[in-house]
Amino acid sequence: MLDGPLSDGATHALEPRDLDRLIAALRGRGYRVIGPRLGEDAVVYDDIAGTADLPAGWGDEQEGGFYRLRRRDDGALFGYTLAPQSWKRVLHPPRQRIFALSTGAEEVEMAPADPPDAPMALIGVRACELAAIDIQAEVFAEIDPGYVRRRESSLVVAVECAESAATCFCASRGDGPAVTGGFDIRLVEVVRDGRHLFLARVGSVVGADILAGLTCPEADPADLAFAADRLGRVAASQTRALDDSAGRKLGDFALHARWDEVAGRCLACGNCTMVCPTCFCTSVEDTTDLAGTRVERWRHWDSCFTLDFSYLHGGAVRPGAASRYRQWITHKLATWHDQFGRSGCVGCGRCITWCPVGIDITEEVRAIVPDENER
Amino acid sequence: MTAAAADPMVPVPFRIHKIRRELPDTVTMEIAPCSPAPFTFAAGQFNMLTAFGVGEIPISISGDPGDGTKVVHTTRAVGAVSRALDRLTVGQVVGVRGPFGTPWPVEDAFGHDLMLVAGGVGLAPLRPALYHALAERRRFSRVIVLYGARTPKDMLFRREIERWRGRFDLDVDVTVDRADPSWQGNVGVVTKLISRARFDPYATMAFVCGPEIMMRHVATALAGHGIAEDRIHLSMERNMKCGCGLCGHCQWGPHFVCKDGPVFRYDRIRPLLSIREI
Repeated sequence: MLDGPLSDGATHALEPRDLDRLIAALRGRGYRVIGPRLGEDAVVYDDIAGTADLPAGWGDEQEGGFYRLRRRDDGALFGYTLAPQSWKRVLHPPRQRIFALSTGAEEVEMAPADPPDAPMALIGVRACELAAIDIQAEVFAEIDPGYVRRRESSLVVAVECAESAATCFCASRGDGPAVTGGFDIRLVEVVRDGRHLFLARVGSVVGADILAGLTCPEADPADLAFAADRLGRVAASQTRALDDSAGRKLGDFALHARWDEVAGRCLACGNCTMVCPTCFCTSVEDTTDLAGTRVERWRHWDSCFTLDFSYLHGGAVRPGAASRYRQWITHKLATWHDQFGRSGCVGCGRCITWCPVGIDITEEVRAIVPDENER
Repeated sequence: MTAAAADPMVPVPFRIHKIRRELPDTVTMEIAPCSPAPFTFAAGQFNMLTAFGVGEIPISISGDPGDGTKVVHTTRAVGAVSRALDRLTVGQVVGVRGPFGTPWPVEDAFGHDLMLVAGGVGLAPLRPALYHALAERRRFSRVIVLYGARTPKDMLFRREIERWRGRFDLDVDVTVDRADPSWQGNVGVVTKLISRARFDPYATMAFVCGPEIMMRHVATALAGHGIAEDRIHLSMERNMKCGCGLCGHCQWGPHFVCKDGPVFRYDRIRPLLSIREI
């Protein structure tokens, strides 16, 4: 949906009811609108019909192995930091059917491919999540036409973060908190002096067209200055950091004693890979009816933490939790560079929050790779 | 073209035209597309083969890359899918995706000695390289085949090996780990054959395929005999679900074995070979 950046630098001010009109306009254009809402005692990205579905007045608290919703007193619609599940869930669905066919004794008839889904409008995409979407788009380019189609037909309404969670470290990755590109419309939510506004900029022709239809006034420079100042504080408030050059060196420490130490804590549950917005691994599974004549193949998310993941006749290549953790973090931070030209980590911190025992990727890197500044 | 047709994950039906039982657990099948379509491959590449309703596995192509009329696969029944493939009969249909992966750099050995070292069923992925070399035999100096099997009964393509051994333009040497009363040949690991082979280490290209531990020892031995590490190639094996860098399973250090391999230059992977569980 990206048609190149626009030269029009104007920022418009939307009120909450204008956001409702924006969502209605997207629905009117045939988009399936997906945004944040409350569910399962968390913020989830799911179908929304209007601003009434957004988690008004809810924020969250995150730490290693800890996530709680908490009430906010400002009624902000995007006052949470990050939902547990990323946009990976909609752009790279956990289960996809690859094919269906019927088979006779000597014939195989492929069923026609499923028709493509309706284009999606993604509301509330954070800077780190945009970076993650770009990363997966690079991974899947040319080999996953379904992903490419979903990504290219999706319209992105990014919403810049108003605060960081304790687990956030996007600033140290260069992937946030500022939303700098990859969006059709960017919103910055401002709640102050009894006013509730969304400062909107366009990033594509489609975004400009939609926003023009709302005819909202230009933003007050004082609000823009407030937002810019706050963005600086959001970045500065992050206490965790992960240095990219340190992560890149992990491959040199394949025999480090820390792997066994972390394996003593790691449950090899795979949570980190499920919530990671860039982890892309999948497996396939064939199913049949009882007669064995109707066959389907499904592709589903897989995790390098499972024993089966590396199974080769006779046993797993990585039987130990130490080697499986080493594979995950080394791939994410080091070999991802070799494969895709950048790291696979955007600093969203989900792997820290959702690790049942609170293993902290930033801490593990510091424990393994010596800090050059301290020598 | 529909989106599905462009999807590299959707297999194409191929019909089984011929099956030869090589060993009690190993068969070679000749297949061709159900709706005629060209299929070309280079020696060393593999296909993802589907036994419909059971699953899909990577299987190297064991036939002649110069023969465009059929695709040949040799499979050993070790898991659910390979056992299902083993049970199929002529006329039945398998799913094919491919070919995938890097080939043996056969033509880079032009003008030099070419040495193929195989262990067990590892002879199957090397056979297309030998067919290719034999088709252009005069372009090489010596062509050497060294093969090790567990026992004489486990020897793959035995009749063909005996035919190769009868040629004046091939040096073929065979050994078994354990002999039986019928065996009058060499006994011992395949690395032992290297020191007796005649080759010019400064002008030899070596292709090695077999169990990982065998390849590690053979590569060390070949390098010890003076063959440069960048002229030794190994064919690696890892769990694969896609063949095209999509599923992530085959990762080995920075490499996707499915698309950066399976054929790797030894100097590029030597450090990885010695790291346990990587």
